[in-house]
Amino acid sequence: MTDLTQDMGEGASGPARPANSIFAQDARTKRRNAAERRFRMYGVIALGIGLVFLVALLFAIVRNGTPAFTQTFIHLPVELSEAKLDKNGNRDIEQIKKVSTFGYKPLIEDAVARALEENGIASPFEDAGDLTDLISSAAAAQIRDLVIANPDMIGETVEFRVLAASRVDGYFKGRVTRESLARDKNLDAEHLDVADALKDAGVIEREFNWDFILGADASESRPEQAGIGVAMLGSFFMMLVVLLLSLPIGVAASIYLEEFAPQNKFTDLIEVNISNLAAVPSIVFGILGLAVFIQFANLPQSAPLVGGLVLTLMTLPTIIISTRASLKAVPPSIRDAALGVGASKMQSVFHHVLPLAMPGILTGTIIGLAQALGETAPLLLIGMVGYIASNYPDGIASGFLDPNSAMPAQIYEWAKRADPAYYERAWGGIIILLVFLMTMNIIAIILRRRFERRW
Amino acid sequence: MNDMRIAERAVDVNETKISARKVQVYYGDTHAIKDVDVDIEDRTVTAFIGPSGCGKSTFLRCLNRMNDTIDSARVEGTILLDGEDIYDRKVDPVQLRAKVGMVFQKPNPFPKSIYDNVAYGPKIHGLAKNKAELDEIVEKALRRGAIWDEVKDRLQAPGTGLSGGQQQRLCIARAVATEPEVLLMDEPCSALDPIATAQVEELIDELRQDYSVVIVTHSMQQAARVSQKTAFFHLGHLVEYDETGKIFTNPEDPRTESYITGRIG
Ligand SMILES: Nc1ncnc2c1ncn2[C@@H]1O[C@H](COP(=O)(O)OP(=O)(O)OP(=O)(O)O)[C@@H](O)[C@H]1O
Ligand SMILES: [Mg+2]
Repeated sequence: MTDLTQDMGEGASGPARPANSIFAQDARTKRRNAAERRFRMYGVIALGIGLVFLVALLFAIVRNGTPAFTQTFIHLPVELSEAKLDKNGNRDIEQIKKVSTFGYKPLIEDAVARALEENGIASPFEDAGDLTDLISSAAAAQIRDLVIANPDMIGETVEFRVLAASRVDGYFKGRVTRESLARDKNLDAEHLDVADALKDAGVIEREFNWDFILGADASESRPEQAGIGVAMLGSFFMMLVVLLLSLPIGVAASIYLEEFAPQNKFTDLIEVNISNLAAVPSIVFGILGLAVFIQFANLPQSAPLVGGLVLTLMTLPTIIISTRASLKAVPPSIRDAALGVGASKMQSVFHHVLPLAMPGILTGTIIGLAQALGETAPLLLIGMVGYIASNYPDGIASGFLDPNSAMPAQIYEWAKRADPAYYERAWGGIIILLVFLMTMNIIAIILRRRFERRW
Repeated sequence: MNDMRIAERAVDVNETKISARKVQVYYGDTHAIKDVDVDIEDRTVTAFIGPSGCGKSTFLRCLNRMNDTIDSARVEGTILLDGEDIYDRKVDPVQLRAKVGMVFQKPNPFPKSIYDNVAYGPKIHGLAKNKAELDEIVEKALRRGAIWDEVKDRLQAPGTGLSGGQQQRLCIARAVATEPEVLLMDEPCSALDPIATAQVEELIDELRQDYSVVIVTHSMQQAARVSQKTAFFHLGHLVEYDETGKIFTNPEDPRTESYITGRIG
C-alpha cells in the first residue's frame, strides 16, 4: 500500500500529490468525526442505562417471585378415626358431611403429636393443640374433602401432604425470623424449634407448588393456600372476548377506512379520533364500561365478559392503528395489478392486500392483547379487583358470566393484603404474567417471520 | 351509433374501438389532460409519445378507468368503447377492466407463484371450467408473454423472484390471460434489455391480430417499429395523431417535429 503511494509520488508518470490530499483529514472532517463519535457514545450510554434498569428489574422479579413457586409441606399420616368422623359407623354421606372442618382438628392434632413422637422430638407445649399452629388451617378442609369423596377410607390411616402454616413457610424462606415472631400472636419461637426438628426428620419439606399456578385465591389469613389459577381462567375468558370482538371489528374498520372510505374531512376526523382513543387512559374505559355494560345493560359485575368488553374498547384503537399501518405498507402497485386484471376492489383487498398485511395485523393484535392482558385499572371499576376468585367456573358460560378476577387484578389484590406472604405471591404472580406476555410476544415474532414475504 | 361505425368502416379498414371526445382529467386543481379527442382503432397498435409529465399515463388510465382509484382524479368528457360510454353510471369498472387489460410501467407481479399470477385473472372471471383448462390458459398466456421457456420448469416459484424483465413479461402474460379486447401498456419495456424488448415488441405485433393495443413509450424507435398510429401529447394536449409513418417523417405540428428530433422533452 505504502509502496504503491510512494511509487505514485516518485514515479515520473504519476501525478503529483494534490494540495488537499484525501489522506489528511481537514479540520471540518475532524470535527464531524468527533461529533459522530460523541453521538455514538451517547447512544451506548443510553442503551447501557436501559439495560441496567432491565437487568435490575428482572433480578428483582426473579429474586422476589421465585419463592412463591415453592411451598413448605408437612407429610403427615392421619388416622381417619371412625369414632370422630362417623359415629354411627354406617358411612352415611349426609352424616359424614355434618362433621365440620372443626371436627377434623383433633385428627390433625393427633397426627402431629404422633409425628413428633415417632421422630423423637419433645413437644415444648403443654397443650397439644398449640402444635397445630404449624399447619395451615386449610389442612382440615383438605382432609375433609378427601373423606367426603371417599367415605370408605374412614378408619384407615392415610398419608397426607398438608400445607404448613404461612409463618412456618416464611421461616424456611427467610421471610419470618425469630425476632419478628416476638410481636406475632400466631406462632412462637418454640414452634420454629419444632419445625426445624421436623425438617431434619424429613417430615417438613419445601416442594414445588402447582397449586400456586393452578389453584384458587384464598382468604386473607391463608396466604399459603392462595393460587392464581382461577384468575388465570378469568384472564383467559377475557382475552377470548377481546380477541373475538376486537380482531374482526378492528380489521373490518381498518379495511373500510383504508381501502374503501373516501378521503374527506369526516374520515380525517375519525382517523384523528382513533389516534386519540389510543391515548385515552384505560381507567376512562373502565368507568365507561361500568356505566354502559353494568349500570345500563345490566350485565353481571366482576364478570370476565364485561372485563373483555371493556378491554375490547381499549384494544380496538391499537388494532386499528396497526392494521391500517400494515395495509398502508402494502405497495399500491399490488392493488393496481389486481384491479388491472379485472378484480373487484374487494377481491383485490381479500386476495392480495390482506394476505400481505397479515403479519402486521397479527402482530398488532397480539400486542394489543398483551396490553389488555396486563391491564388493571379498568378492571378496578367493574369489580374484578378485590373479588376473591376462590371457585373455578363450572362451565364455559359461567366462565364468561360468573364473577372472577384477572391475573393483574389478582396480583394487585395480593400486593394490597397485609400479610407479607401475600407480597411474595404478588411477585410470583408477576412472573406468571410476564411469562404469558413474553409467550405472546414470541408468538407475534414467529408469526411475523412465518408470514413475511417479499414483494 | 351503429350506423356511424358502418360508415366509418367503409372509409377505414379497421373500425374504431375506442373513441374519446373532449376528455379532461383533473388531479385536484391540476388540469392534467386538456380536451383530448382521439379514435383508437381495433387491431392496431397505437403509440402514445410525449415528454415526461405530459399526461400519457393519465390518459391511458382513463381508458380502463384506473383513475377511479385515485381520489383526487376527476375525468370529464366521453370515452366510448364499441360505442358504449365507459363512464356511464351503469358501467361496472370491474367488467370494463376485464375487457381492457393493462400492463403497468413498473412490473408488479403478485407475491404468489408464477402460475397463480397468470391464473388469477382467468379464475376470477371464470374462464376455465377445470384445472386442465386453466393449465392450458396459463401456458398459452405465458407463451404469448414470451416467457414460457424460462419459467416452464418452475411455475410454482414466486413471481417476485424473477428478474425485472421476466417480471414484466409475466405481467404481460397475466394481462393477456384474461383475453382482453384492448391492451393498454404503460412503458412495458422500460425495465427490459434489448432482447426481451424485441420479444415484447414481437408479441405486441402478434397481439395486434386480435386486439387493439395502446402503448406508451419514450422510445421513438419503438413507437416507429411497433405502432401503426402515433399520438403525440404535450402538456396535457393531444398535439398530433396520425399514421406513425406520417408522424415520424412529416409531422404537421412544429412541436411534434421538435420532440421527435430531440429538441423538446
Ligand atoms: N396521482 C396523481 N396526483 C396528482 N397529480 C398527478 C398524479 N398522477 C399524475 N399527476 C400529474 O399529472 C401530470 C401527468 O402525469 P402522467 O403520469 O400522466 O405523465 P406521463 O406522461 O405518464 O409521464 P412519464 O412519461 O414520466 O410517465 C403530471 O403533471 C403529474 O404531475
Ligand atoms: Mg407515465
